[in-house]
Amino acid sequence: MDSINSYLFISSMLFCLGLFGVITRRNAIAVLMGVELILNAANINFVAFSKFNGMNIDGHIFSLMVIVLAAAEAAVALAIIINIYNNMNTINIDDAAELKR
Amino acid sequence: MIESPMITFPLLILFLPLISFIILIFFGKKLPRQGDWVAVGSIVTTFILAVYLFVQMLTNYDANFSHGASLSWIDMGAFKIDLGILVDNLTIVMLLIVTLVSSCTHIFSLEYMKGDVRYNRYYAYLGLFTFSMNGIVLADNLISMYMSWELVGVSSYLLIGHWFEKDSAANASKKAFLTNRVGDIGFFIGIMLLYSAVGAFTFAPIFDSISGGEAIAGMTLTLAGLGIFMGAVGKSSQFPLHIWLPDAMEGPTPVSALMHAATMVAAGVYMCVRLFPIFTADALTVIAYIGAITAILAALTAITQNDIKKVLAYSTVSQLGFMVLAVGTGVYTAAFFHLLTHAMFKANLFYCSGSVIHSMHHALHEAHDHDTDPQDMRNMGGFREKMPITYYSMLISTLAIAGVPLFSGFLSKDAILAGTLAFAQQNPGHFLLPLLGFSAAAITAFYMFRLIFMTFHGKPNMKNIFKDIHESPKEMTGPIVLLGALSFFIFYTLPSNFNPIKDKGWFKDLIVPRNSAVPGSLTANEIAEYAHHAHYLAMGLSLFVAAAGILLAVLMYQRQSISAEKLATKFGFLYHWSYNKFYFDENYNRYLYQPFLRLANSISWLDWEFYDKYFINGFGKLTKLFSKISGKFDYDGIDQGLVDGFGRVSAVSGNFLRNIQTGRLQNYLLFVVAGILVIIIAQAF
Repeated sequence: MDSINSYLFISSMLFCLGLFGVITRRNAIAVLMGVELILNAANINFVAFSKFNGMNIDGHIFSLMVIVLAAAEAAVALAIIINIYNNMNTINIDDAAELKR
Repeated sequence: MIESPMITFPLLILFLPLISFIILIFFGKKLPRQGDWVAVGSIVTTFILAVYLFVQMLTNYDANFSHGASLSWIDMGAFKIDLGILVDNLTIVMLLIVTLVSSCTHIFSLEYMKGDVRYNRYYAYLGLFTFSMNGIVLADNLISMYMSWELVGVSSYLLIGHWFEKDSAANASKKAFLTNRVGDIGFFIGIMLLYSAVGAFTFAPIFDSISGGEAIAGMTLTLAGLGIFMGAVGKSSQFPLHIWLPDAMEGPTPVSALMHAATMVAAGVYMCVRLFPIFTADALTVIAYIGAITAILAALTAITQNDIKKVLAYSTVSQLGFMVLAVGTGVYTAAFFHLLTHAMFKANLFYCSGSVIHSMHHALHEAHDHDTDPQDMRNMGGFREKMPITYYSMLISTLAIAGVPLFSGFLSKDAILAGTLAFAQQNPGHFLLPLLGFSAAAITAFYMFRLIFMTFHGKPNMKNIFKDIHESPKEMTGPIVLLGALSFFIFYTLPSNFNPIKDKGWFKDLIVPRNSAVPGSLTANEIAEYAHHAHYLAMGLSLFVAAAGILLAVLMYQRQSISAEKLATKFGFLYHWSYNKFYFDENYNRYLYQPFLRLANSISWLDWEFYDKYFINGFGKLTKLFSKISGKFDYDGIDQGLVDGFGRVSAVSGNFLRNIQTGRLQNYLLFVVAGILVIIIAQAF
């Protein structure tokens, strides 16, 4: 498995799974997890391109950056979810359809 | 000459009366003495300034002196109007006349108009009148002259109609204004003809291009000249527009004096003198005949009038005829000279008649007699002992107007008659002109002495009021004495000449006749030469006719050896013609006003009965119908269909589209993913 294709395959699978999770889950935490999967799919891509297409160390650096950002994003998102739970007593995102009303 | 006062002083002379008018018309009632001192002060100041200019002119004499200033009023590329003033010898002499007579009028009116209901307005209008006359005198172009010309018309309207409660005064002012309008239209046409050919309103360029002979010549120039002369016919009350002047006697007597001597009627003659270079030989011939006809007709009318002011009014018309005759025969400086001398003695005659009327008025008032006409000479007689100052002053002026040597009128009238005679000697076909002129001179002497004899000589005709006749106060006798004195020849022949039959003097030296600008006309020198040759013959003749007229008057009214009544019955229809002023008013009424009124009435009938009822109201009905149809279309078609339709379509499509706006982010994300997929798939192909 030295070809780039297998990396890309794994990353696109991971991306589709993440997207599926984001779209279908009702639980906000699960949606957040889907977002993490998507970010990691991107990370795999970075690293793969870095390895096979002469991007040197840039890809690795960038994926490290993404991991840091993902951590920050998770912290903010969890804080939002806690606030939603405090206000609405639920983390079901269908119930938090304030835009519609 | 000193440069600056030659512009600033004339401007002051022009605008001081206007300022006095503005002050009096707005604040007159609040000022002490109703503000008459403002008017008198400003006018006397202008007189002093005019005297200063005059003395300057005499001491630093220059025959071609001419000074002007102008500012651009309208400037639209090719169309340009400059308003400006022109100061030359002619202007200065005229300003002197106007301000002198106007000052006398102001002072005279202090007593004459005392206690009048509209005292302040009277003085305000006098200021306006003087301002507009000065405007004509100082104008250096046709436009500002025309504007002042109209202002003179307006202010004369206001002053003639001063006692507008009297129907006759209101009608007289209306008549004066409208008759003047007729002439002014001609004036305006003349201006436009000149402008369209020459392209300038200012005098100097007009004269230049006329003498160039290319811009305008021949028939057009004659017509333009006659058009401009029409203005003078109206203002100077020449035949056939002379009908307004005698009626203008309805105004206060000092106004009559001002109007007859220096302001209104002088304007026409002054304008002819100022614009003399533009008149062609044909135009001048017409002018001469108009003048001669006016002179003789008015003189014939004056013979039989009994109203003292009417006699004077017709004598003014007649004298103006003389002036216009002089312009027509080319001796226009003689016309201006006569204007000058006439201004003095005619103003004086009017003041004297005003003094007589004033005193009659008082006497009738004392006798509680309100029906007798204080202006009718048949009620006077023998006033000589009671009013000596008035009598002697009036006698002097009468001798002047009759053309007796030693008096001013002789010099100027002689100059006119000599010019007329010379003209006829050059063109024997025009022998009528001197004939009419000399006859009019004889008749003038006759009727003026008739006036003197009827008023001052003989026995008093109304004994009950005679004891109350007395001399007028000094505000009135002052101007009378001053102007009476100015009727002596000596004031016009200074400093070079003490010969009472020679008119050589400052006037002759000052006002040098200019050549006509029309190519091919006689030069001023030639005209003067011919007139000089005719001088002694004319002098002899004019002495003879004056003597004959006076003698006849003495025989008929002093000695009564010829009965006036018998003569009147003998010349029945002539007498009636003269007494009824040659039926001018009646004929104008019958052949002009009445047909015009009928035309106006029928047009008004058409307008009301036909046009308004069917055309205008028809339009209304049609509009109503149209608006009903258009309203229906608007409501049913536009409002219901189009406007509401838009609303409905928006509502339906909005309702449909709001279904995809679920408010769930996950749905939106799904759409995004689907969209991206569609793009990717589309790109794959």
